[in-house]
Amino acid sequence: MIEQSVINLFGIFGIFVILVFLVGIYCLLVTFNLVRAIIGIEIMTKAITLLLVLVGYVTGNSAFTQALVITLIVIEVAVIAVAGGIVISIFRIHGTIDTRKLRNLKG
Amino acid sequence: MTTRLLRSAVGLGITSAVLTLLMFRFKAPLAAVFELSVCSGLISVVFISTISLTQRVDRARLAVRRKERFGKFWYLPILLIIATIFLLGIELPAFNLALKTNISEVRDIIWNVRHLDLLGQMAILLAATLGVAMLFKQK
Repeated sequence: MIEQSVINLFGIFGIFVILVFLVGIYCLLVTFNLVRAIIGIEIMTKAITLLLVLVGYVTGNSAFTQALVITLIVIEVAVIAVAGGIVISIFRIHGTIDTRKLRNLKG
Repeated sequence: MTTRLLRSAVGLGITSAVLTLLMFRFKAPLAAVFELSVCSGLISVVFISTISLTQRVDRARLAVRRKERFGKFWYLPILLIIATIFLLGIELPAFNLALKTNISEVRDIIWNVRHLDLLGQMAILLAATLGVAMLFKQK
């Protein structure tokens, strides 16, 4: 049986997770800079990581969620490395990373 | 623009460090160590490299800036020496038994229950390496 204090903790940090996720979405929607867009994705991933750890703590199954979080971190690194490479390539080809000026594929 | 982007990247690194503290609080030490070393360290380095590689270089301005930079951060070596003396001086608390048990549980789950995840992780890392290699391939 889960204690009431743990459920309260989940509620508080659950709201925090939602807020962090919304900050990531806001960052993605508002910015025109590709590097900042990747930072937005990263912030959203941080929210999900915190949620996983929180669920592991609440359910008492911390070991299992840690394995998942490690997998998530590896995927995160791979995504960021490739995204960074793509941003650098775009800058080399177009001379800018402003999405308003990247209109080559615009129909 | 560059300064603001760098601030964003450093802010993300600090967010990762705070997340690490929360992970320790929620009894996930192994994931916390991964988060600190990989997300706070490696990803910050990737971001700062990307930012510095995506700025237009004006060589004359760069030389002036380099001189200014060395003048501006004269206190950094002194801080580093003080921090090293401080960190070597303090006594770190020993790990308790519960933490050891937790880590061995994680190890068992990774190797016995979620072993396919490891294959997936290797495949993803290989794909990322190949992807980056293809992006920077010279003709």
